[in-house]
Amino acid sequence: MSLVFAGLCSHAPGITARAERAPAELREPFFANFNIMRQQLEAAKPDALIVIAAEHFANFFMDNMPAYAMGAAPYYEGPIEDPDWLKIKRRKIPGNANLSFRLIKTIMQDIDLAYSEEWKCDHGIMVPLHFLTPNYDIDIIPVNINCQTAPFTPLKRAWAFGKALRKACDFVDERIAIVATGGISHWPATPNSGKINEAWDRDFLDKFARNDKTALLAYNDEAVYADAGQGGAEIRTFIALAGAVEGRKINIAFYAPIPIYAVGCTIAMVDLDES
Amino acid sequence: MSLYYVQKFIYNINRDTKLQTGFAANADMILANYDLTDEEACALREADIGLLYVMGVNGQLLMHYAAYRGLAWDDYIQAMKDGLAKYGEVRAGSYVTIDGGAGGAV
Ligand SMILES: [Fe+2]
Repeated sequence: MSLVFAGLCSHAPGITARAERAPAELREPFFANFNIMRQQLEAAKPDALIVIAAEHFANFFMDNMPAYAMGAAPYYEGPIEDPDWLKIKRRKIPGNANLSFRLIKTIMQDIDLAYSEEWKCDHGIMVPLHFLTPNYDIDIIPVNINCQTAPFTPLKRAWAFGKALRKACDFVDERIAIVATGGISHWPATPNSGKINEAWDRDFLDKFARNDKTALLAYNDEAVYADAGQGGAEIRTFIALAGAVEGRKINIAFYAPIPIYAVGCTIAMVDLDES
Repeated sequence: MSLYYVQKFIYNINRDTKLQTGFAANADMILANYDLTDEEACALREADIGLLYVMGVNGQLLMHYAAYRGLAWDDYIQAMKDGLAKYGEVRAGSYVTIDGGAGGAV
């Protein structure tokens, strides 16, 4: 059929692990927007949800690090983290290997995509699913863009990947949803955890909301690292989504820095019906 | 220095509950499969999160390892700060501390 839903959300583990430690006036509207996103996702009646993630060494390591990878298994599992730490129970997550391989075949026309018939999810996918598909009743297709360890795929390739993914979605009969998930500026998993460059985030989100390809692809890795920390590399997931919905504006439903969650928490959705 | 294998051990054990069981039963036997210095093997066995952080272990690997080894969030952040005080600045990798660890919240 085609793309029936497109959105983006944060995935920081603190969102579930330390949920109650955030001030209620920030947490409640953030979680309320997750709820709105879930309702819109459900209303789109997708047959499968593609999660464009930036994993944290759940499946890939420096012995063989793909720039882009897609899962192609009948089921996945997660979280790899201590479930009591993340506060998300370990479980199987339904997949659709046949659909994955049909998507992969089309994407490969444009991008040298790695694929994997086994896949474990870390907080990068489990936190979004916890809010968006709490009953785990929709087939998930995990995608990873290496945002963890340099050298990173160039931003223009992340855009091209998004376009190739969209083409593949339009080519299959199923109704497809895409949720990209990443952080903007953050210094996670360091003593600086909780540091957020709000001005940088807002400037980036302005370009993202306008879906300004030229402005988004003008960032460079050195400046992003300096201004947006180790976590800034995850803007690749935003840029892939922007490429997938090229020409469409992106509605920033929620943004607020929440230091105990270690990131500027973001919820965004795309109106795919607007002309 | 074999930071690569320190991280590879952490990667493997973070995602494999069977390996975690084996490590709990005989840590040295599991660690012997990796090309580690005595200091590295000791830091991994003793869960010296501060030293592992200073060695340059990727923060995402170390955060999950600290959780698996039972450190609560505030204790994990404090362990990295203690590591900086005891062992000095981060020696490798991109997960360095900036501004003396300022700006953070735990
Ligand atoms: Fe992340």
